Amino acid sequence: MAGLPLEGYRGVLLGRIWVAPVLSHLLANFGAEVIRVESMANLCFFRRSLPFFGDQIDPDLNSAFQNWNQCLLSATANLSKPEAVELIQRLVAKSDIVIENYPPGTMARHGLDYESLRQVKPDIIYISLTAVGQDGPLRDVKTYGPTLGALTGIDSMLGYPDGEPAFEYCYTDPVGAVTAFFFVLSALRHRSRTGEGQYIDLGQAESTTCLMGEALMEYFMTGRVRGMQGNRSLHMAPHNLYPCQGEDQWVSIAVKTEEEWKAFTRAIGEPEWTEEEKFADRFNRLHNQEELDKHIAEWTRNHAPYEVMAILQKAGVAAAPHLNEQGQLYDPHYRERQVYVEVDHPKVAGVPIYTAPWRFSETQFKSGRAPMLGEHNDYVYGELMGLSQEEIARLTEEQVLY
Amino acid sequence: MTEQALEGLKVVEYGQFISAPYCTKMMADLGAEVIKVEEPGIGDEARRYGPFPNDIPHPEQSGLFLYLNSNKLGITLNVRTATGQRILKELLREADILVENNPPQLIKDLGLDYPCLKEVNPRLIMTSITPYGQTGPYKDYKGYDLNAQVLGGQGTVLGNPNREPLTFQPSQGHYQGAINGAAATMVALFAREATGLGQRVDISEFQVIAALQRGAFMPMHKFQGAIGTRNAHRGIALLWPYGVFLCKDGYFTIMTLEFYHWQSFIEAIGSPEWATDPKYTDQFTMALYADELEAHLVSWLVDHTKQEIGEICFQRKLPFQPVYSVKDLAESEQLKARDYFVEIDHPVAGVLKYPGAPAKLTKTPWRVDRPAPLLGEHNEEVYCKRLGYSEGHLAELRRAGVI
Repeated sequence: MAGLPLEGYRGVLLGRIWVAPVLSHLLANFGAEVIRVESMANLCFFRRSLPFFGDQIDPDLNSAFQNWNQCLLSATANLSKPEAVELIQRLVAKSDIVIENYPPGTMARHGLDYESLRQVKPDIIYISLTAVGQDGPLRDVKTYGPTLGALTGIDSMLGYPDGEPAFEYCYTDPVGAVTAFFFVLSALRHRSRTGEGQYIDLGQAESTTCLMGEALMEYFMTGRVRGMQGNRSLHMAPHNLYPCQGEDQWVSIAVKTEEEWKAFTRAIGEPEWTEEEKFADRFNRLHNQEELDKHIAEWTRNHAPYEVMAILQKAGVAAAPHLNEQGQLYDPHYRERQVYVEVDHPKVAGVPIYTAPWRFSETQFKSGRAPMLGEHNDYVYGELMGLSQEEIARLTEEQVLY
Repeated sequence: MTEQALEGLKVVEYGQFISAPYCTKMMADLGAEVIKVEEPGIGDEARRYGPFPNDIPHPEQSGLFLYLNSNKLGITLNVRTATGQRILKELLREADILVENNPPQLIKDLGLDYPCLKEVNPRLIMTSITPYGQTGPYKDYKGYDLNAQVLGGQGTVLGNPNREPLTFQPSQGHYQGAINGAAATMVALFAREATGLGQRVDISEFQVIAALQRGAFMPMHKFQGAIGTRNAHRGIALLWPYGVFLCKDGYFTIMTLEFYHWQSFIEAIGSPEWATDPKYTDQFTMALYADELEAHLVSWLVDHTKQEIGEICFQRKLPFQPVYSVKDLAESEQLKARDYFVEIDHPVAGVLKYPGAPAKLTKTPWRVDRPAPLLGEHNEEVYCKRLGYSEGHLAELRRAGVI
């Protein structure tokens, strides 16, 4: 696709799983050429995970892999072999961005850390994505996405008001990827003005803790430790999800102003309970939230989620349905905004992937499948780096390109 | 000293609460100049939101406002007046970026939609952050953070299957809007390098959540009929133990991705007898006795603190983590070693600690040079010094409720 804003930029992805590929694909969605360097010797978890099609594990048929590696190129390189490292260094010499998410120290051992690579490309933008950053007493902490959130503060506020906790999956990964994107492009802008590259050290826990500002300020200012509140707001009620007609159907309703409250009571037919003093204003409603929620649920249980949305939105009240995967595929708002698109893969047609979730009046974006393992070896090693077919064949046989 | 990464960029923020302010804060913290436009007298609603020192509300001491608006210049302007709109356009003539989070219809009613602003400044990038976005059948629907998260399917796998699905607190939908707004604005900036022109950037909170938080599992749904399920405090059923469990002074997350994690943990806690039961020594049958095993596990956990368990897991490189509370974060040795928290002196709120950098840049570091602005603090600087208004004209505008 011609005329994309990041055309002409090249990135090298020395990473895997979630945060690093998503940062990479966001760059690729807008025109950058990003090469995922991977190896049979150390295959990413999501190349050996549950397939979405068929029942054999297949490096191309994992759902998450297809989405998180959309629009990337793939070149194999077995980094335990010095020749492979040398080739990657040469690739970086032709690149603008290096992205890695290995534990601190790993890339240094392979001669692919920032200090090494700025020797071959002084103005390289190099970003390391880790759990807690490159230093500190927890530097070597072992985390996977699902438990990283525990270190950010966000998990301590996820659960029901009666204290029942909930488990969450990898909230810090998308947060890290998008935050990283902003920092990488900022660094590229700086480079375009000064010629200077630099190193970016992103700890996903820190990026996410930045989003907990309100709760941290509460602690600093009052000493209070904010705990689990379910879906409740400290500032308005009703503010929750309510059960609807059917199995596991829910709708969100939030009412902030007295005007909205009056509109809400009218929209639901002005039942007697809405006249009670205990729901008469925001203070009272916040105080009697449990009872309020029970009353509202009695009404929502008689309606489907979309019905509730239609009735309440018509009255100017905030309501939106809880949509699972099935709901999202059919929802008209999702469809018009093309939240998902189908792409074809040599092994299976019509794979739904999410599109880059930003819309522009001028800029377009790319969508496309994830690469097959080593799919672009000829392009990367032959065309980009000028190796002959014989050399590539030899390196492949010797498991350097592997 | 090397210039900051976004030095020279001029940003105007016409928004309030969280999504637009955090978006421009990210830019300001990397050196962009941000002029925050607030309604005269009343200001950003975040000023009334709190938290407040000693719980005493004060428009210059709201923790949320102070945090989200550091590094910005603050002016007052009543954009609902014709004169206010004219003045805003004057400001936008010189700006690179406008970030706003108002309902789309309001922006149209004020004559500030993109086609109008494009005439004022063809180089302007206008980033709009809303719960539902600028297009689609729900574009004019009312939405708070809760609705955006829920429409985006955030709660699909959060919470107890027998209770309402959960969302991320506090206001995480708005923060997702903010960070995606900052990222997408940079794309538009790069586009402008080639075209010389600005454009409209449309960030919808529900969409960034649907795509980036949850979207990757859609192929499983289409081809296998799978849907995300809530499993309360437990993770997905394939691994065990996997979830968040009660301990002596809080909660602990455990993820037994590989069986040796569990074996190592059992060894570390002194190989209790129950753990030698054959039911629990086989990775595959363990999951069949999940409830029993959990009861045993928790009976040990509740006698030990987050710190104790955390140390064991750290030493043995187990991917099990204590659930930090905000107090744990404030006292964290890790965050201290990283100089994560920063102290900012504010003329009314005084010196307070704030969360710091989302990431560290070596050449153009994140930094805070000034506290959040007082309401209208930079009216003189912006209107008189930059737009050339006389003090008399400023007084006139004030009397007429424009500033």
